[in-house]
Amino acid sequence: MDIFAQQVLNGLVLGSVYALVALGYTMVYGILGLINFAHGEVVMIGAMIALAVVSALLSVFPEMSPFLMIALAGTAAILVCMSLAFFIERLAYRPLRNAPRLAPLITAIGISILLQNIAMIIWGRKYKTVPQIFPTETFELFGANITSVQIFIITVSALLMAGLLVIVHFTKLGRAMRATSESQRVAGLMGINVNKIISVTFMIGAGLAAVAGILIAGNYSVAHYSMGFMLGLKAFTAAVLGGIGNLGGAVLGGLLLGLIESIGAGYIGDLTGGFLGSHYQDVFAFVVLIVVLVFRPTGIMGERVSERA
Amino acid sequence: MSFLETRLLGVRYGGIRAVRDIDIKVEEGETVALIGANGAGKSSMLNAIAGVLPHTGKIYFNNADLTNKPVFDRVKLGISMVPEGRGVFGRLTVEENLLMGAYLGNSQQDQDADLKQMYEFFPRLKERRGQTGGTLSGGEQQMLAIARALMSRPKLLLLDEPSMGLAPIMVEKIFEVIRGVSKTGVTILLVEQNARLALESSERAYVMESGELSITGESSELLHSPKIRSSYLGEGD
Ligand SMILES: Nc1ncnc2c1ncn2[C@@H]1O[C@H](COP(=O)(O)OP(=O)(O)OP(=O)(O)O)[C@@H](O)[C@H]1O
Ligand SMILES: [Mg+2]
Repeated sequence: MDIFAQQVLNGLVLGSVYALVALGYTMVYGILGLINFAHGEVVMIGAMIALAVVSALLSVFPEMSPFLMIALAGTAAILVCMSLAFFIERLAYRPLRNAPRLAPLITAIGISILLQNIAMIIWGRKYKTVPQIFPTETFELFGANITSVQIFIITVSALLMAGLLVIVHFTKLGRAMRATSESQRVAGLMGINVNKIISVTFMIGAGLAAVAGILIAGNYSVAHYSMGFMLGLKAFTAAVLGGIGNLGGAVLGGLLLGLIESIGAGYIGDLTGGFLGSHYQDVFAFVVLIVVLVFRPTGIMGERVSERA
Repeated sequence: MSFLETRLLGVRYGGIRAVRDIDIKVEEGETVALIGANGAGKSSMLNAIAGVLPHTGKIYFNNADLTNKPVFDRVKLGISMVPEGRGVFGRLTVEENLLMGAYLGNSQQDQDADLKQMYEFFPRLKERRGQTGGTLSGGEQQMLAIARALMSRPKLLLLDEPSMGLAPIMVEKIFEVIRGVSKTGVTILLVEQNARLALESSERAYVMESGELSITGESSELLHSPKIRSSYLGEGD
């Protein structure tokens, strides 16, 4: 087995999940200029709901096809997360639309803490094991091992990302979203119901977050009420790395961050003479964040298109 | 009731009263000019009618009370505005900008026909259809903003300084289009720095001064009024 190829593969798998979450950050930032720090918790809620549905189905219909099971669990998680995002925006952020920027930011952090605590009350403090409903098979690809779960993660993420890009760039809804993110005032003059577009943006991001939650729980086989926190920070880092507000940037930033983390974790032991082990994996995201913020705060693709006044 | 009517329309920014209890009336099919010095409150007036600015007083349009209607509902009722400073979407292509104007509907055929019509009015836009709005010259953006406003097939067109930043030949062209649109029965409320052009292109006019109406009347008469000539047409006595 080629270790480097394996790290690259693992990095891409992880990175595609980061990308899904980063898209939610970047879409909301693009339209409202708000960093929705509660987004990571939406990912966690998605994972928890799906896990609850799968556990219930397993106990009632143990013979059910795993694909049907994951489809049902996924649908439930997506619907719950979309409704949750709708209400968060409606009740917490909208009243602060014209407040100083710090107010919604602090509110977002508050919502994040609130959701974590609600999840802890409902699902407890213990790490929950995710049942392996798919038979895990392993294949070889370019000298690396790839599991059926990893194939599933990459395929689902790629399809969702492609779908989102098509919606945003080639549909009327997408045009309205882009117009609204440029100027809410002028978008209104076109007859766009700006509040509705903002709600939809939050909900699309939350749908992607729900799926990401399921994928990441499936990947690590574990879910926990605090799992959204670190994931959220990393996806935020990915969004900043790619250029916040830019969809292609979020995808690129997610994949890059996954690769950096995975390859970094693979070699950090060698590089530090064994002083730091691979459990320092999380360090990379924050080193990346700091480096980007210091040297290129607009991110890789965040260059402002030339705009004349 | 007139097609468009404001009653005691007021706009304030903090302590500044930009529009002070103004009553205007515009009949269906008319072109009415609103002129006045910088800061007189013309744009505030149009923005209030379009619904992008909170206001006091009442606005009636086509027998509907607009007072509490959000901007997108006013668009639905047939009001379209070309805002001051154009408001072109810089990151959308020219064609996407035009399609945004038709956001609320019309059939695909109507939309295609309108698009074709706009490209006939402004061939320059056709050449630039795939280019992003932000890369257009100021004059091209102005054409785009007007064409986009027409894409919604408005009943009432609010124009805020359509000649701004344009070369004389383009001003001529744009006003030709505006007169053409007016001939199709569209009601127009026109704000314009170029008072002569505004009066020559309209049937009636209101003159605003520090948030209040000072003079109103037939445009052809105002063109010859000594007060207007000295204050707004730049002609000494
Ligand atoms: N957002 C704002 N905040 C504070 N004051 C404003 C604002 N917008 C306009 N004003 C003030 O309201 C008054 C009217 O402005 P408005 O833009 O309506 O004038 P105008 O007649 O359109 O002028 P111009 O011909 O220069 O475009 C001005 O004194 C202006 O300074
Ligand atoms: Mg003005």
